Amino acid sequence: MAVEQAQKGVAFQGGQDALDLARKPQTYWSMAFTSLRRDKLTIVALSFIAVIALLALGAGVITNAIGVSPTQTNPANQFQQPYLIPYLQWMLGTDPLTAPTMLYKSGGAPHWLGTDQLGRDQLARLLYGARISLSIALVAAGLSMALGVSVGAVAGYFGGRVDDVIMWFIATLTTIPEIYLLIIVNSIFRPTPLTLTLFLGFLGWFGTARFMRGNVFKVRMLEYTTAARAVGASNYRILLRHVIPNSLPIIVVITAVDVGALILTESILSFLGLGVQPPTPTWGNMLYRANDFVFLRDPVTKEFLGLHLLIWPGVLITLTVLSFYLIGDGLRDALDPMLKNKK
Amino acid sequence: MTRYIFRRLLQAIPTLIGVSILSFILVNAAPGDPVTMRTFGDTRMTEEARQILRRQLGLDQHPIVQYFVWMTGLSVQRGDQVAVMTRPGKPCGYVGGIGVTVCDGGGGILRGDLGVSLDTKQPVWDRIVERMAATLELGIVSLALSLLIGVPLGVLSAVKHGSLFDNLVRFFAVVFRAVPIFWMGLLLIFVFSVMLGWLPTGGRQTVSLTQTFNLGDRLRHLILPASVLAFGGIAGFSRIMRTETLEVLHTDYIRTAQAKGLSPGNVWFVHAFRNALIPLMTVMGPAVVGVLGGAVVVETIFAWPGMGRLTVNAAFQQDYPVVLGAGMFFAVLTIIGYTLSDIFYAVVDPRVRFD
Repeated sequence: MAVEQAQKGVAFQGGQDALDLARKPQTYWSMAFTSLRRDKLTIVALSFIAVIALLALGAGVITNAIGVSPTQTNPANQFQQPYLIPYLQWMLGTDPLTAPTMLYKSGGAPHWLGTDQLGRDQLARLLYGARISLSIALVAAGLSMALGVSVGAVAGYFGGRVDDVIMWFIATLTTIPEIYLLIIVNSIFRPTPLTLTLFLGFLGWFGTARFMRGNVFKVRMLEYTTAARAVGASNYRILLRHVIPNSLPIIVVITAVDVGALILTESILSFLGLGVQPPTPTWGNMLYRANDFVFLRDPVTKEFLGLHLLIWPGVLITLTVLSFYLIGDGLRDALDPMLKNKK
Repeated sequence: MTRYIFRRLLQAIPTLIGVSILSFILVNAAPGDPVTMRTFGDTRMTEEARQILRRQLGLDQHPIVQYFVWMTGLSVQRGDQVAVMTRPGKPCGYVGGIGVTVCDGGGGILRGDLGVSLDTKQPVWDRIVERMAATLELGIVSLALSLLIGVPLGVLSAVKHGSLFDNLVRFFAVVFRAVPIFWMGLLLIFVFSVMLGWLPTGGRQTVSLTQTFNLGDRLRHLILPASVLAFGGIAGFSRIMRTETLEVLHTDYIRTAQAKGLSPGNVWFVHAFRNALIPLMTVMGPAVVGVLGGAVVVETIFAWPGMGRLTVNAAFQQDYPVVLGAGMFFAVLTIIGYTLSDIFYAVVDPRVRFD
């Protein structure tokens, strides 16, 4: 369109429009990037993930600066409530007692988000947990993307027997609900963070493979694939240079949503006690014992003691997963040129 | 139609075989050699005796033969081995034509024998049956809830396209997809059971000495777990119904219906709704899988005595036969769910049958 108009401009007016022609050409990806930049919701989601990732990376520095550690237990200081509000009250002069008392109990370290049943600092555990939860999800998503794309592309491109066998394999593994499959595997082989990542990756690529296969079926019939074959390109080259790039947008979208789904799955497994084992913190296994603490009240004041342990990990999981889903939706809108023309 | 159903049922067979192979591989991948486990600490066992036991259990045979034995309960040995192989409760016979001895050791997956629980020594099948009713009760109620709430929400949201209501429904559909189901369950327990004290925190009924059936009490116990399990379904169904209804509302026959002066209610609910329902059939299979998957978590939080909780507890105690048996059972349920959903689809949409 832009080129056409510019050409008309040259023909009828010359001058300014001729300069427009010299503009940098717009590629598919640069157009997608431009439309992504206008999508406020996606930008918010992306920024949230960036902040969480930075906090996770800087977990060591941050906790050292505060003077807390994710594994340091302190039985005398279990279930301390978040320090944040008493601190504000202290600074404002409305309550000069609570905050100093809390500091005294904790030995001088401020527990901004409180402590758990063993007196460990929740903020530190959340930060280190973010590291584990995010890296498990990201690596597993990468693994399942690589597997799904290659298996799906092979099934769709070659079709016939190869396709039958692959689809049979996928159908078999998807009849057992994924969470049960993971429970079975995790009960047989007790997972470490690394093996859990592998399990999640190796059992999570079926959806991607199905999408990929469907798309390859379409692309295989297009003229440019036939043209490539006519000039003598090998199957390998056609797959790698022509078929897979055509599916790249949808792969990017699926992977973004996948990361969110994997964070959820990991948290469910860890919550059930079948994922990453304590004392290594993940957002899921921080909620593992929350079940018991929902009922816990202070014998004197009748206040709920474990509420902060229930709220924060859940809020973080929800917001992070939500962000990845929103990024996926935003990418879908940005990367789908058909949809863009409709708007 | 009969032909379609028959063909669809035939398609389920390879998947079932696949599931059985997968389970067999997992059974054998589980740590612990059966012979060592049976004779652990028995000082009288010599290496020679172990070899004999290994042979009696058929562990010296090719994995494919072992798979066959595991499936059918029939064991096969080359040559006339009737004298060696026969034991009480294990009749054997020699088939002269192909030169093999066939013994019927009883059991086998095909006869519903899923093995014995390592924990309670009960047959796995009995333990599953014991828990099945509770899971079905929870699953069916929550599926019904999510359909009854999700479908109308989706249709209304499409009809009032772009309104505040539409945006709210879409917002909640996205958020509920991201909330971990166990966390939502814990929050609801905190609000409705601990703080307000309206509903019980868990279990299927109030524990009493007589354990008499009390419908009101049962329902009160069902409300929280069924709602938590239904949230995902409500979000999913409302999203699908919204998209489908929007699509149908733009078709020519709806415009015709509007043009000939039918009331909006008549157009939406008589003409649009029925056609928008068709794609819903295709997602019933995945919906069943979703409910079964969610049941693991919900049953654990609410101490619901169903199969999900059985599976998690068994996994915790590394009681593999139970975990695997439950997994296979769920796989069969899933295949039934998918097959039924395809058949219903063909019933409501005749075009499918001609593919």
